[in-house]
Amino acid sequence: MGEARMMEYNKTELMACAASRVLEDGRSVLVGTGLPIIAATLAQRLHAPDLLIVFEAGGIGPRIPMIPISVGDSRTFHRAAMAASMDYVMSLAQLGFIDYAFLGAAQIDPYGNLNTTVIGRHDRPKVRLPGSGGANDAGSLCRRTIILMRHDRRRFVEHLDFLTTPGYLTGPGARERAGLPAETGPHRVITQLGVMGFHPSSKRMMLLSVHPGVTVEDVVENTGFELLIPDEVSTTEPPTEAELRLLREEIDPAGIVIG
Amino acid sequence: MKVLEEGRGTLLGWMDPDEARRWMAEKKSRGLEDKRMPLREAVERFTRDGDYFALGGFGHIRFSMAAIYEMIRQGRRHLAMAAKTAVHDIDVLVASGVVDQVECAYSFGHELRGLSPAGRRAVEGGRVKVVAEISNAGFQWRFKAAAMGLPFMPARVMLGTDTLKLSSAKVVEDPFTGKPICLLPACYPDFAFIHVHRCDRYGNAQIDGITIEDSDLARAAKRLILTTEKVVPEEEIRRQPDRTVIPHFLVDAVCEVPYGSHPGNMPGLYYSDEEHMAEWLTLSRTDEGVEEYLERYVLSVEDFSEYIELVGGEEKMAYLRHLEALEAPLRAPWARRG
Repeated sequence: MGEARMMEYNKTELMACAASRVLEDGRSVLVGTGLPIIAATLAQRLHAPDLLIVFEAGGIGPRIPMIPISVGDSRTFHRAAMAASMDYVMSLAQLGFIDYAFLGAAQIDPYGNLNTTVIGRHDRPKVRLPGSGGANDAGSLCRRTIILMRHDRRRFVEHLDFLTTPGYLTGPGARERAGLPAETGPHRVITQLGVMGFHPSSKRMMLLSVHPGVTVEDVVENTGFELLIPDEVSTTEPPTEAELRLLREEIDPAGIVIG
Repeated sequence: MKVLEEGRGTLLGWMDPDEARRWMAEKKSRGLEDKRMPLREAVERFTRDGDYFALGGFGHIRFSMAAIYEMIRQGRRHLAMAAKTAVHDIDVLVASGVVDQVECAYSFGHELRGLSPAGRRAVEGGRVKVVAEISNAGFQWRFKAAAMGLPFMPARVMLGTDTLKLSSAKVVEDPFTGKPICLLPACYPDFAFIHVHRCDRYGNAQIDGITIEDSDLARAAKRLILTTEKVVPEEEIRRQPDRTVIPHFLVDAVCEVPYGSHPGNMPGLYYSDEEHMAEWLTLSRTDEGVEEYLERYVLSVEDFSEYIELVGGEEKMAYLRHLEALEAPLRAPWARRG
């Protein structure tokens, strides 16, 4: 283990690094503000210089000068390939041009369905959340979605209070039966505890790696449904010195997102 | 076509396309008419209690806060809002009792800044009702259907979800593929405010940067009020006709309001005022704070230029222009650090 690996880092930095490593070069990603844009920018600076970053409000292929506060603000189309419209970007997604999308959620179920609308009843909610925004569109139309969220039993639940954004719905074939585009769906769930994927045939959530210092039991204890645990669970690679330096000095120097 | 599923959300802004054609024939002049008027007059003439309305822009970007504050001053009531990434706008409209019904794609949040204390209190306490859910693309394509004079737009979103169940959309079997497809009903808001960078006295308007939904929304809106940073000579528009995003015959009123998007971001001109947003997010934690904000910045103020003086005047505007040009550091008191 090299010296770089010994550097201290926080959970948000680890999540940003884990998310950035999922993104492949030469692909496109629909991003929101916060952690997604940080992860996408980090990927672009390291292993994926040709990653096309797209914002739902119309920014396509920008050179991000600082973290945008909104997915529509002027930073999202700074020196961009194109300043388009929401119609243009959402149509691109429907046409099959968007490979990855980042999503967050207040609740997730075993099939990767997401709730960002209400906790409690819709007509008299205990907590009113913002709603779909572009999440339902991203989760419907992009090839592979990556979900970034906190991991605990209130958030990882067997039954959602409200299904805002489709994961694999009720299981294998359910997306296609509902009319959603073929070969789409959740790909990774990245939390402060580990990285999850989805079983190729059952489409249920499956643990892939635990973060350094986290046990499989920790993950199971914080999950409110039966998580598939493969025989071998790896440990997430900690952030490298290069990743941390970029995050802290260039991508989020004010610590707005990574703290 | 077989209807497979119907959302039970309230259908707002609907018109039969023939009814829409009649509206466009009777209410929209094709001629070049000078439509300049004070914002106060435009809000009096073109907005009514009980209307369903939409705002151009996205979140805090290029939204017409000047028009929002004016509606609050005029005491509009029982409006339904197309909350397509609604943030500070819906917060103050709900808090002041102007809006009590919402079709929601995104609201009660402030993007990177977190959730909205005022918006959440209003929904959780029952003062405002979310009568339909939708997605961002859902709204975009509801406006697009209207802009095309069609009754609906087919789309592959919302399928299989509660978002669809609580929306005004329907799912049918697509006669070409045999697969289920979502039909988004056309949406013709009673009125819309769109804030633009510049337009001429007739309403031929240019927008710099992303246009978001505004090209479609401008055609969908039954009454369209433009607020503009600047009214420019007609020749300036005609020199570059390819830059016109909204043509004059869609427009009912032209109101010149410099910095009209404050505390929002006007791309290329000024960035969002995060100090002001932090003040609102702090004050809006309590009903008393909301009252204090509305009294200070909206109700006791004559017009938007007086408001701009109150929020920091030319010195603050110069800072926001420098910030937009990446020549000044971001001051965002709501952020964890920095």
